[in-house]
Amino acid sequence: MPYALASGGFEAPGVSSFWHPLIGDGAFAITRTMFVAVLSVILIALVMTAVSRRLQLVPGRTQFAVEGVYNIARNQIGVDFIGEARLRPFLPLLVSLFLYILVNNLAGIIPFVQFPTMSRFGYAVGLTAIVFVVYHAVGIRKKGLGGYLAGMMPPGVPILLAPIVYVLELLTYFVTRPLTLSLRLFANMFAGHTLLLVFALGGEYLLLHGGNVVLQGAGIASFLMFILMTFFELLVQFLQAYIFVLLTAYYIADAMAEEH
Amino acid sequence: MEGSLNAVGYGLAAIGPAIAVGLIFAAYINGVARQPEARGLLQPIAILGFALAEALAILGFVLAFIA
Repeated sequence: MPYALASGGFEAPGVSSFWHPLIGDGAFAITRTMFVAVLSVILIALVMTAVSRRLQLVPGRTQFAVEGVYNIARNQIGVDFIGEARLRPFLPLLVSLFLYILVNNLAGIIPFVQFPTMSRFGYAVGLTAIVFVVYHAVGIRKKGLGGYLAGMMPPGVPILLAPIVYVLELLTYFVTRPLTLSLRLFANMFAGHTLLLVFALGGEYLLLHGGNVVLQGAGIASFLMFILMTFFELLVQFLQAYIFVLLTAYYIADAMAEEH
Repeated sequence: MEGSLNAVGYGLAAIGPAIAVGLIFAAYINGVARQPEARGLLQPIAILGFALAEALAILGFVLAFIA
């Protein structure tokens, strides 16, 4: 079989690779995604309560690691964007978003779990819906509905251009922001996991069904690439959790800002 | 030859955001090289710009699957 790839025997991974019903089928199936999501929440709850129950002034190794994660969400993102004075009400949201997304993303490369929850679009949409409601609610509570809608207008726009700019700003606040926020998380996880699948499945196919030494060598190279890409995924997964929380903080701060 | 033109289209569409992301990090590195103490200040801004530029590539990615 010299042209293993052209023969059509290899089935490339695609959207269908992300559908794993465990119990039942159709719209009400209990899927692997749900299982991973629940598992992550249990894990986070157990670790956080266990660590915060015995806090010490001089942190041990575990407490130091957990504080490091907490510090990223609080000091690096929250204090920088929202500011220390107004951060307190939003701190639980930011920290839990960061932890939840981080653990669920990392599930994509943790052995035996190996499924990023956010590669199903619904989960990313759910998180974005929370953020969407929060930043609009914060803005309306701070400035009132009229003030909030008027505050979207950037200052110093010529009167002729104002209607067009305002429509664009409305689009930004109500369409582009939630759309890109959810799509960014989803598409990164989806693309990353598909990439890993391509290298793993392709490597397996080339190695076992390749037929000659050259293709089998390509299979081994594919597996090496798979390992390399796993480390790259680790970076992307962390970065996406960071960016999601960073943008959340930015949107909240922007909704509260006095001028545009 | 078989395959999807969508993939080619997405490859073309990714050029723009790729250049944009490169420019953003080039500017970030420049800034940190000139003023190392500004690192903490520049980092979130660079990541924010990266996220905004990347959004275009993400939209293209989704359109490649939808179309």
